[in-house]
Amino acid sequence: MESMASAAIFYGVAAVVLGSALYVVVGRNLVHSAFALVAAFFGVAVFYVYLGADFLAGAQVLIYVGGILTLLLFGVMLTNRIYNLNLRSGAIQVVPGALSAGLVFALLVWIIQSVDWGAMDAGDPGPTSESIGRLLMGDYLLPFEIASVLLLIALMGAAMLVRRRGSGSS
Amino acid sequence: MITRFRQIEMRLMGPLTMIPIVLCLVVLGTIAALPVVATILSELVADFVPPALQHLTIVVLGTAGFVGILALNPIYSIWLERKVAAHVQDRLGPMRVGWHGLLQSFADGVKLLFKEDLVPRDADRVLFGAAPMLAVASAFAAFAIVPWGVREDGTVLAVANLNIGVLYFIAITSLGALAVLMAGWGSNNKYALYGGMRAAAQMVSYEIPTAILVLVVVAQVGSLSIPDIVNAQAGGILGVGDWLIFQLFPLNLIAFVLFFICGLAETNRTPFDIPEAESELVAGFHTEYSGMRFAFFFLAEYGNMLLVSMLAALLFLGGWIGPFGSNPLLFFVKGFGLVVVQMWLRWTLPRLRVDQLMGICWKYVIPISFFLLVVTTVIKGLL
Repeated sequence: MESMASAAIFYGVAAVVLGSALYVVVGRNLVHSAFALVAAFFGVAVFYVYLGADFLAGAQVLIYVGGILTLLLFGVMLTNRIYNLNLRSGAIQVVPGALSAGLVFALLVWIIQSVDWGAMDAGDPGPTSESIGRLLMGDYLLPFEIASVLLLIALMGAAMLVRRRGSGSS
Repeated sequence: MITRFRQIEMRLMGPLTMIPIVLCLVVLGTIAALPVVATILSELVADFVPPALQHLTIVVLGTAGFVGILALNPIYSIWLERKVAAHVQDRLGPMRVGWHGLLQSFADGVKLLFKEDLVPRDADRVLFGAAPMLAVASAFAAFAIVPWGVREDGTVLAVANLNIGVLYFIAITSLGALAVLMAGWGSNNKYALYGGMRAAAQMVSYEIPTAILVLVVVAQVGSLSIPDIVNAQAGGILGVGDWLIFQLFPLNLIAFVLFFICGLAETNRTPFDIPEAESELVAGFHTEYSGMRFAFFFLAEYGNMLLVSMLAALLFLGGWIGPFGSNPLLFFVKGFGLVVVQMWLRWTLPRLRVDQLMGICWKYVIPISFFLLVVTTVIKGLL
């Protein structure tokens, strides 16, 4: 009973994720596509919950939906006359496109089939935030710090690029 | 000079004349919280519920309780808001419908229900329709992690006792900004779009200090779980002394004030109501909305006000912990009390300009919250 309901929710969310992701690609309205991306990201967060990764699910919603997508929409809406833009998402180069997509799909299927995933026991996996914190601040402290320095450099670079030149401290 | 004194007196004394009305609010809030009160009662009759069904009982009653509170919340909150406004401005407010206008909001609600559902001709119908739903959904979903008490055997009374409760709160409230953007865009109205853009910029900016201030609390307690944070505040003088707001005085007091300011900004309340500034933008992002859709935005706004107040009460004011021991009613009194403070501020302070708003966030609130985070963690590490 419970597994039935959980499977039904899983496939429902999967359908929403795939449908909205497809709309992002083929949709002709840029703003609609951006909002469809919200549904796709949110659905992925639901998958993280199914995998027992509660912290990752929260971070996914916080960073992708709350941060990146809001900024993306902000950019789309601030861009001049973007709503009149007729997006071309017709089919060009059908054969090479289908071929490369099929190859990538086959590669993914092959990898998923051949890798031993070390499946966890069924049931409640328990909270993950503590172990993530210990690993980040312990075993993986150096990669964590390097990533944060890299992000800081990227931030400073972005600030540098958008700064108005010549006018001093404007 | 006399008028100036009169103004100051009005501003300070206005809320004091509200005391009987605030008492009414507590009574009303309790009535609205009846399903939750039923849960408290279920604590007394815990022996009658089989242990296997206890968790389910809490979840079902809690969900019903919060949905009930949130559905009724705008009705008495709007009445209270108008009463606070009236008393701050030295007038009476609604008096005709029911005792002291108590039924005024019900009349207004019925009026909104029967209003024509207008959609502008050039509006983006999908987004225009989806925006109010998303706003209400994000406001309601966040209440899933709000705990309202703890039983003597340690069972937490909450719909979902998440280990990452605080993270969930920060994540889910960011959906509200999307709803406002959606409404602003979908209306196809320049004032609505301006309102939507302002709201998005404001919410994204103030999310940063909110998260840092929550981290100040999390770093001191050492847990992301809200019940753990509340339980860490138990004890002390009169059951009040160990509230987080009094710990490491005055660091946490500053953190609480800043958190409340960020909460005001995130719910778009005056002095941060520039997304719907009437004198500049008609009505901001809900210019084109009418009838039930408009009511949905009100539902979301008052829900968010209550959410921010309850979170502030849980994180800093000890939640259900107080001088009379641990009591869920105490938590509701604190939550609704902070809502009254929000209303008081709305009718006392003028609105900020856009640049002032951003200046306050980036030049003052964020640096101070970083300073608080560093200092509290260093002190906590040394102790």
